[in-house]
Amino acid sequence: MSVTVLKPGLLSTVQDGGRPGHAAVGVGRAGAMDVPAWRLANALAGNRGDEAALECTLLGPTLRFERAAWIALTGAPIQAHVGEVTLPPWTACHLPAGSVLQLGGMAVGCRSYLAVRGGFDVPPVLGSRSSDLHARLGHEAGRALQAGDMLPIGPGAPRGPDTTQSVHAACWGLDPQPWFDFALEPITLLRGSHWSQLDEASQQRLHGARFGIGKDSNRTASRLDGQTLQLRAPLELISEAALPGTVQLPPSGQPIVLTAEAPVTGGYPRIGQVAAVDLPRFAQRRPGDAVCFRHGSLEDAIARLATRERALDRLLKHVAQRLQQDGCTNA
Amino acid sequence: METASIQFEPFAEDALLLRFDHRIDAAINARVHAAVATLRRDLPLLECVPAYASVLLRFDPLAWRDANTADPHQALERAVRSALGATGTPLRAPRERDIPVCYGGTHGPDLADVAQHLGLTIDDVIARHVTADYRVAMLGFAPGFPYLLGLDPTLAMPRRRDPRQRVPAGSVAIGGGQTGIYPDQLPGGWQLIGRTPLRLFDAAATPPSLLGAGDRVRFRAIDEDEFRHLEAEQRA
Repeated sequence: MSVTVLKPGLLSTVQDGGRPGHAAVGVGRAGAMDVPAWRLANALAGNRGDEAALECTLLGPTLRFERAAWIALTGAPIQAHVGEVTLPPWTACHLPAGSVLQLGGMAVGCRSYLAVRGGFDVPPVLGSRSSDLHARLGHEAGRALQAGDMLPIGPGAPRGPDTTQSVHAACWGLDPQPWFDFALEPITLLRGSHWSQLDEASQQRLHGARFGIGKDSNRTASRLDGQTLQLRAPLELISEAALPGTVQLPPSGQPIVLTAEAPVTGGYPRIGQVAAVDLPRFAQRRPGDAVCFRHGSLEDAIARLATRERALDRLLKHVAQRLQQDGCTNA
Repeated sequence: METASIQFEPFAEDALLLRFDHRIDAAINARVHAAVATLRRDLPLLECVPAYASVLLRFDPLAWRDANTADPHQALERAVRSALGATGTPLRAPRERDIPVCYGGTHGPDLADVAQHLGLTIDDVIARHVTADYRVAMLGFAPGFPYLLGLDPTLAMPRRRDPRQRVPAGSVAIGGGQTGIYPDQLPGGWQLIGRTPLRLFDAAATPPSLLGAGDRVRFRAIDEDEFRHLEAEQRA
């Protein structure tokens, strides 16, 4: 069973939870930019959890499913059609063999996730199927999808004779509201090592002023436009660790927020760290979107992360139970 | 290990930075590697990411609690100080790696410029580069890229004004007071003095990186014939 890429979309990549544990040899985690959306897509498609899905950026791909499949779309709401039929987001959908799924644009947000039951079964590299475009690891040496790519689907696809010839969606779906930031709320920022080296006006601008997401943003970093920040005095630093969410200040004065494919070390001053619980929301800001930051404490950020993880775990269990009640799982 | 001078700085919800100093210095970097070896043995659930004078620890903040505090960073700091402070920690000697390098020619297009800039002959530059004893300070920039300490200070050389879009895999280069090896075809601004036929990073190999932080490295000059022979061996 496989899926053929007819049109690749703007930047569509195979993503899972990434490859932790290799930063010491220069390999970052990569993985899905919006992790809760990726996990919920898997749950809705009937997967156990860490299967690879497609991360679509701004404009999705067109794919042909050679066999019947259960799929789900989450993250930024994306136009999705099979022929005349419009597919609802955040809902399990069944596609018959030969379906051509056309994914279009997103009115808001930046990244949508397409999960398929069985997962996109490309060969794992260092324990992950994630495409790291920066480090060139994963599907086809870490590149985005191209027309003609064949993506194998893992075991778990619908078995037995395909009795339904039509596309159909489950009669229930998830409310995206808690998992997608329609209102572009402020992003919580923890203080970075060099925050106190910013001059006073820059400290105030960082927490409160409106920035824009730069046009050249990608899976490695987003440049912030609209404001420049200054240090009290130039800092000469040696390379230290960097992580997704680290906000660096290069000499241009325009902050850079590192994201999923962040290099493992960096030499620029670190003025902030995006709270882990808000990274998925930041990942959904598209070039040109506004972004404001507010200061948060580490303690609050950990508490919010714990609350989010509990809510996500509950929801994942609930989705799995509901699919089983519906008879939508093979197990 | 004396731990009073180590600064502990919360870096993120799941990350704690241990800072030993603010300088690039072989003795400080050796303390980093000693600390990482101890922590990997005593606290194996942590991920340790060494740099020149610091180590980043990644951990699960929802799992790290101790009896005294609900603050996972404080709990982890206590555990780390205790592990590093224990006396009589036996540490293995660093691994040693011999890196064959074909200097100059097409493999080291900047070697002649480097020699001229430093007022040395090409043979002097090669001799000084192979004589030194290097340590891998850290890996970064790209998978498997080693930043090496130990370069003869007379070989320090500014980076190129116009960085190359494509530096060939295996290129051995000088950037400022450091030397390094490009593991893959990458953009880069360091001065290219030679090339090794060895493969520095192979995601399918165990371990994937030929070099690890803390390893000792020595370069060995080889000729074109040996380069080709070793390159063919690597491909096999």
